[in-house]
Amino acid sequence: MSEITGKENHKVRNFLYLFIFLIIIWLALTSSIQWQELTAGIVISLFLSFILSKYYLKLGFPPLSIKRIVFFFIYIGVLFKEILSANIDVAYRIIHPKMPIKPGIVVIKTVLKQDIAKMILANSITLTPGTFTLDIIDDILLIHWINVKTKDVDEATRMIGERFERYLKIIFA
Amino acid sequence: MSIHGAIITGIGIMFLFLGNLGILRLPDVYNRVQAGTKCTTLGAFLTIIGVGIMQPGWFWKTLIIAVFILVTNPISSHAIARASLKAKVSLCDRSVVDKTEEFERYREKV
Repeated sequence: MSEITGKENHKVRNFLYLFIFLIIIWLALTSSIQWQELTAGIVISLFLSFILSKYYLKLGFPPLSIKRIVFFFIYIGVLFKEILSANIDVAYRIIHPKMPIKPGIVVIKTVLKQDIAKMILANSITLTPGTFTLDIIDDILLIHWINVKTKDVDEATRMIGERFERYLKIIFA
Repeated sequence: MSIHGAIITGIGIMFLFLGNLGILRLPDVYNRVQAGTKCTTLGAFLTIIGVGIMQPGWFWKTLIIAVFILVTNPISSHAIARASLKAKVSLCDRSVVDKTEEFERYREKV
């Protein structure tokens, strides 16, 4: 019995996530809050999220809460800070006459469980210049690093993964 | 307002230029993926946001475009790099470590 209600909860949750996402895109694209436009947007978003919500069942989104939303915005801030500083670092390596690069492929481990959390971690690592994800098996990520500082697995996990994992752990707890 | 937008677009163009320079200078395909897709992340992001600040009526639309670039960019760079790895493109001479074999052992265990 509890399994069935759990599944129903998942369905409602996916429906809500998709609906909020579509409404935000609609508002950004039309850039107006006249009631005709809003009504059309709500009707279309309801229709689309009703049809499409079942395709997102397997991803395993967590339930919505204030704490998660706050930490999600903190996470976006941290991601932007990392992108900016790492971009300047890679730009420096490119324009330096001697090109001080030490490329290599290293392995790191993650503590995250859900597929969606691992996907966000891998994509964040790829977005940050200097590192990108090549492959993933269960909790092990294969990473190309433009300036290898350590070959040890735990040390590399601390340097590459932990800055994002710290927040993702709380969001997907 | 248009001055701020022009400055932000200018910084973005500088990063796009550095990305192109990196593709020319760096030694092997993996490092070129680093330069080619990463400097363009910030480059394209700042260029588009700068246009949105120059024309305030377009701001939210440009923000949506920028977010879609941020979401899809890692997928393309990951696909190029993983295809090169599967095709056994070798690393350059300056590489210090290659743990691909260790990773393949994990795959066999699973």
